[in-house]
Amino acid sequence: MKVHEYQAKELLAEYNIPVQQQEVVGDAAAAGAAAERIGGEVVIKAQVLVGGRGKAGGVKLAASRNEAEEKAGEILALTIKDLPVEKVLIAPAAEILQEYYLGMILDRTSKMIVLMISAEGGVDIEELAVSSPEKIHRLAINPTDGIDRTALVALLEQVFETVALRKQAESAVEKLYRLFLEKDCSLVEINPYAKIENEQLVALDAKINFDDNALFKHPEIEQLKNPEEYSADEIEARKHGLSFVSLNGNIGCIVNGAGLAMATLDIVKLYGGDPANFLDVGGSSSPEKVLHALKIILGNAKVNGILINIFGGITRCDDIANGILMAMDQIEIKVPMVIRLIGTNDVEGRALLTERGFLVAERLSDAVEQVVKQV
Amino acid sequence: MSILIDSNTHVIVQGITGRDGSFHAKAMLADGTKIVAGVTPGKGGGEIDGIPVYNSVKEAQAAVRVDASVVFVPAKFASQAVREAADAGVALIACITEGVPVLEMLQTYYYVRERGVRLIGPNCPGLISPGKCKIGIMPLRIHEPGGVGVISRSGTLTYEVVYNLTTSGLGQSTCVGIGGDPIIGTGFIELLEMFEHDDETTAVVLIGEIGGEDEEAAAEYIANNMTKPVVAFISGRSAPAGKRMGHAGAIISGGKGTAEAKVAAFAAAGVPVAEKPDEIPGLLKERL
Repeated sequence: MKVHEYQAKELLAEYNIPVQQQEVVGDAAAAGAAAERIGGEVVIKAQVLVGGRGKAGGVKLAASRNEAEEKAGEILALTIKDLPVEKVLIAPAAEILQEYYLGMILDRTSKMIVLMISAEGGVDIEELAVSSPEKIHRLAINPTDGIDRTALVALLEQVFETVALRKQAESAVEKLYRLFLEKDCSLVEINPYAKIENEQLVALDAKINFDDNALFKHPEIEQLKNPEEYSADEIEARKHGLSFVSLNGNIGCIVNGAGLAMATLDIVKLYGGDPANFLDVGGSSSPEKVLHALKIILGNAKVNGILINIFGGITRCDDIANGILMAMDQIEIKVPMVIRLIGTNDVEGRALLTERGFLVAERLSDAVEQVVKQV
Repeated sequence: MSILIDSNTHVIVQGITGRDGSFHAKAMLADGTKIVAGVTPGKGGGEIDGIPVYNSVKEAQAAVRVDASVVFVPAKFASQAVREAADAGVALIACITEGVPVLEMLQTYYYVRERGVRLIGPNCPGLISPGKCKIGIMPLRIHEPGGVGVISRSGTLTYEVVYNLTTSGLGQSTCVGIGGDPIIGTGFIELLEMFEHDDETTAVVLIGEIGGEDEEAAAEYIANNMTKPVVAFISGRSAPAGKRMGHAGAIISGGKGTAEAKVAAFAAAGVPVAEKPDEIPGLLKERL
């Protein structure tokens, strides 16, 4: 789960990591008023759940209430990478003396939490990792042992010039690590981690991702969830316990199991088709789940063909067949549909469907070939 | 031989009184696995289909021989259950449960290693040595005893591959679902090594997917260490970046974990990569 910059900074503040004063508003007039309350020059930043806001014109400076209103109006009219800007953050425009990077990520390969610090913050860290990897200093943290203090101090000495800065950074790293563990994060980034007046280090921008599996432990985090992270289809699918991702094609796909679902989409592409979605109906799929899956897929106007691919294990093929028949009684399916059923109770399932005149295949390649031909 | 499990493996089921646990305990028993006990805290003393239920792994161990445990405990308590089995020294633990918090599993990963026990999963279908032992949820009748070792991050996709192997006359020595989560107990390389040293295994199928860089590391390992033929399959070639494709671990992030990178790594290692599951048997037969 992702959160907005302002939400991430509120969490940093909760852990006593220095951030600037900030206000978040949803319209231009309120932005003007906020700018006046903050006083002096302000920065106005689009709050969207994607990177690249600056390049898209989503970050602007304003020196007065009127200018803040005008600039906020422009930003709120933007759509950045398909996401309309609904909120802007207003903060004092700090004079930045140097930009650092401070981040923590769960590294699945080394099975460590990795701290990353760079004296060249403010840029896209992924680009920096490719162009000048030596500029990113890393410290692997084994969760059993915690942070190696000696190694951390040595690392900070390479990045920060003065003792005063190092002390602040050391404290921020400790707090960030605590936040990472306590809130079950998968990524925490402060970029830029900026040196402003009086040798102060402040989080000027922040990004936090949370582990979806752990949200049940953190209702306070779950309530930060932003609906725009998911499409309307994805939200509807979630409600019914389906795992769903919107894609751009025209062949609606219903599969059981995530790996098989991905492979099915790949094979559709291999045969020259274009999948409309990823949809995993899950393990013990009831007929109702199939009905909801079909409804969601048919809600997409682009869909002009449907492929159902079920490999029954826990999932029973006759349950799937009954779900399809149930759906037929409730909704009209005008597009061609090819169904591949195999595994537990497949003979019964296929019989139920062929009786009603459906195209039923036993082999996956055959099913894909048929549906691609029909759309 | 086979790897990890054989016809003499004595298995307990943690979470046996739950919906999934009881269903699959029965199925494993029917398939000939030695299911010797079940564990559910607070429900000790009862029975499920003739299988005695105990309050704890230690209690079960006092009564019966325990070589392996399969965990069906809900996500909230799954890592605790794995630790309980590790504390009792159960040599092999397969955690089927999906949705375990990743940082809990990270800590559990080190916990089980320190105790010298092996964890498979979480978020996996388990493992099977056809005709000998099944510890998991896979439909049995698609498997056939034979010489192909299978390692996979997926569940149903593994069934698809195994179905294609069996219908092409290629039986399996052991099939291991390693799990679809970012942090898992046992990875490709350890299993490749076991298959390389297993007399019964003649070839290996590796089924990977987008996310992480374990396939790339496996490709390098194969190039340097494997004498037996390996055929790979990678799912998620058409997946968009930044989207979690069902499995918690199946996500392309920061330009890492793409299908292209994995396919290229296998190609560089001389490992053929099938474009569809039904190409796998042909690629294997060319090399056997």
